[in-house]
Amino acid sequence: MELLYFGDNGWGDELFIATLMTVAVSISAMLIGFLFALIFTPLKLSKYKILNLIGNFYTTVIRGVPELLVIYLFFFGGSGAIMYVASIFGYFEYIEINAFITGSFAIGIISGAYSTEVFRGAIQSIDKGQFEAGKVLGFNKYIHFFKVIMPQMLRLALPNLSNVWQITLKDTSLISVTGLVEIMRQSYIAAGSTRDPLLFYSFAAVLYLLLTFISMKFLNRLEKNYSRGF
Amino acid sequence: MDFDLMITSFPKLLSATVITLKLLSVSLFFGLFIGLLFAILRLNKNPIINKFAYGYSYVFRGTPLLVQIFIIYFGLGQIEYFRSTFLWVVFKEPYWCAIIAFALNTGAYTSEILRSAFQTIKPGFIEAGKSLGISNKIIFYKIQIPIAIKQSLPAYGNEIILMMKGTSLASTVTLLDLTGVAKYIISTTFKPIEVFIVAGSIYLFMTFIIHNLIKYLEKKFSY
Repeated sequence: MELLYFGDNGWGDELFIATLMTVAVSISAMLIGFLFALIFTPLKLSKYKILNLIGNFYTTVIRGVPELLVIYLFFFGGSGAIMYVASIFGYFEYIEINAFITGSFAIGIISGAYSTEVFRGAIQSIDKGQFEAGKVLGFNKYIHFFKVIMPQMLRLALPNLSNVWQITLKDTSLISVTGLVEIMRQSYIAAGSTRDPLLFYSFAAVLYLLLTFISMKFLNRLEKNYSRGF
Repeated sequence: MDFDLMITSFPKLLSATVITLKLLSVSLFFGLFIGLLFAILRLNKNPIINKFAYGYSYVFRGTPLLVQIFIIYFGLGQIEYFRSTFLWVVFKEPYWCAIIAFALNTGAYTSEILRSAFQTIKPGFIEAGKSLGISNKIIFYKIQIPIAIKQSLPAYGNEIILMMKGTSLASTVTLLDLTGVAKYIISTTFKPIEVFIVAGSIYLFMTFIIHNLIKYLEKKFSY
């Protein structure tokens, strides 16, 4: 147990910082995912077949391919792709991308595919009359979306979004293969140098459970808040 | 685009797919039994048994699969006593460690799927069986289980696909499954996009097959 103390002899402080790193990666991945959802949800709901195809291609491929494979693609291909783009602009030096950025981008694309599906489902289950009413009242398209559709969509999407959050949180453990020091990586380092893998991996499991437990408590409260009056 | 690499790596990746499929089918087989067992325990009226089953599914669903594999593969080998038991024959192999982790993980999800399927069976079906004088055992096997299978098929299909993606984690414990071989080829040739396209297509093809198989079964079981 002494191994988990804070200070020079224990790994407590390192694991605490690693936990914060996991939370930071999860949040930024979730936000990047929302950006992707913002682009691809309208494509999936579009009238045009070709745009539908692009949207469906994104969600099908990402949800049908293992997360680890996507992470390897970004880990090995990320700096190459950026260097290729840079070489077009006449910059030929080696560019190394930060593991945090690669990791949150890779997980962000994955969580974006799930978020896209959630938002699509939520918008489709809003009553048709709500769209027609906006048209009849002569609302501006954007005001209608942000003031009428979005609040209703969020209420329907929140329970599923909290599932996406859980998936994203657990997926961040896979970024450890790229060397970013989050819970899994820190446990791996600690287990290697103390030869006590059972303790550290079990503790990592406890940390993940704690994170999911706390975030579920918070999200349930948010859900209740959003479903007032229903 | 290096098409030569795509063509030469295809047979290697395809032979690795066999290991992925083996891992998937064996862990699904054991996972189904674990899931059924814990679903029945969840429906037990005894609060201690009930809580135990809930705790099992909560822990395995709340932690990443990677942690579970690492605890079983790296963690259990640390216990001196454990190494001297006959179980060590199984646990020293990364292949079986991966399968045990996958089976326990999918078992937790399957137990939730089956539990909700059992709970949504209309009480009328069971009452009808009882009033016809059918024994509880036969009601369970001939009425509850077939209805539960039908109810849980769509969710279980998703679980199979999730598990197929989960088997990629076997590559972290030195197994050369589809993702493991893909990573090996990427790290020796530094051509991630080409390898990703080939390996990704194989995974997508498997997803496609599973999806259609479940659709077919759903049609077969619908009444």
